[in-house]
Amino acid sequence: MEVAFIVEKLILVVIVFTVTLVIAMYSTLAERKIAGFMQDRHGPDRAGIFGILQPLCDGGKFFFKEEIIPAGAHKSLFILGPVIAIITACISSAVIPWGQNLVIDGRSIPLQVADVNIGVLYVFGVIALGVYGIMLGGWASNNKFSLMGAIRAASQSISYEIGMGLSLIALLMVTGTLQLGEIVAQQSGFVNWNIWVQPLGFLIFITCAFAECNRVPFDLPECETELVGGYHTEYSSMKLGLYMFSEYINMFVSSALMATLYFGGYNFPFMYDLGLSENWITIIGVLVFFLKIFGFIFFFMWIRWTLPRFRYDQLMNLGWKILIPLAIANIVLTGVITLIKDTYFQ
Amino acid sequence: MGIFYFVAFLSIFFALMTIFTKNPVHSVLYLVITFFTFTIHYILLNAQFLAVVNFIVYMGAIMVLFLFVLMLLNLNKDTEPMKSTLVKVIGAIAGMCLLATFLGAFRVLEGQGELVTGNTDVGLVKNLGKVLFDEFLLPFELSSILLLTAMVGAILLAKKETKEG
Repeated sequence: MEVAFIVEKLILVVIVFTVTLVIAMYSTLAERKIAGFMQDRHGPDRAGIFGILQPLCDGGKFFFKEEIIPAGAHKSLFILGPVIAIITACISSAVIPWGQNLVIDGRSIPLQVADVNIGVLYVFGVIALGVYGIMLGGWASNNKFSLMGAIRAASQSISYEIGMGLSLIALLMVTGTLQLGEIVAQQSGFVNWNIWVQPLGFLIFITCAFAECNRVPFDLPECETELVGGYHTEYSSMKLGLYMFSEYINMFVSSALMATLYFGGYNFPFMYDLGLSENWITIIGVLVFFLKIFGFIFFFMWIRWTLPRFRYDQLMNLGWKILIPLAIANIVLTGVITLIKDTYFQ
Repeated sequence: MGIFYFVAFLSIFFALMTIFTKNPVHSVLYLVITFFTFTIHYILLNAQFLAVVNFIVYMGAIMVLFLFVLMLLNLNKDTEPMKSTLVKVIGAIAGMCLLATFLGAFRVLEGQGELVTGNTDVGLVKNLGKVLFDEFLLPFELSSILLLTAMVGAILLAKKETKEG
């Protein structure tokens, strides 16, 4: 029993890890393809059919580039920066429920690595840790542009974490649990999705997610026009690759989180009315979940090639003076509605 | 029990490294690792909520701010402020007093009956919430008012400075 448990969890971990990395890899291609589509050009199409081998070529190029560590840099922290960035990005997907239980030989295997009591908070903690990668890298580079980028990243991520947390509290008041597995199970079907009861909370959450992932229009930490390359100005070869990779993994994980929290995760309409066996529902559920994730990733890229970058004071104003009060109002509103529902309509 | 001693050793080791390292940024990083070992302690005690809140608030927010401030200060060897001998002596005496107080407190505690384990699930979110908002409602609300006061005070101080400058 114990051995089987460990083996099935290990297999799941390896699969999740591989899928995460492959999706992050192909997000780089998708990003450029979508950029091409938006700007009426082809995008990369030389390596393989439709440029399908492009990410592999990029990876190879990253590995063979010369590795430069600046003379004035703090060497160990300079190396530690991208390492922390990629590790925190990779471990954040541990609590996401990818699907329902899969029944093999009478054993039911949950498609979730760890359904811990504090699932949502775990993701939060890991996201909070992610900023160390950027800060250490930026500071250790011994370059003023890097330092500026790192400081922007830190203050931006702390500011938007508050808005994100407050928008989540309203959601937790509806679900009554922090366990991601249970939050998804509550949203079965289509009308039970949390987006219908928490539309404002979702808007705040997705805005904050953009800021936490350092994506346009909030990519001030790596703002080329002001800071050369931002916190990774001094980075070259695979260390730069790791930073870029962690950004795409973060995007993937936050898309998965949004799909889980607000869009029903693996649930799809009429899932129990089609007369499918349990395993088929699980498999289709996983596919639907990934479809939702891809939708969000596409949304991230769509915004990137549509909106211009914010100014830094605008970013801070939006975070502190608009999103946080809105999120608090949302909490109060949710509380009042819940109370009215409980007293008069029960 | 073995895990506890190992983690406790790590906590003390990294806490000492925080004090003894010369570089302030290293010092902050060692403090971050120390807080991380505290998180492991909480998990060992089955206090999941406390563990993750410690993780988010201390490691994720407060230490980032510490690091933030240190990175802006230009802390080189020659600009490092040297404390006067008087301050050092006072510091040493204060430390000794604290140690003596702790030792006295622990001596009193020693051999006071059986160790009570109580309900081990009290650290889970649901149970903790019920206890906080029921039995300990007043202290909870009072501490939140205290935090609010501190926040308002901090903003007031910051505002004042910009007006004059």
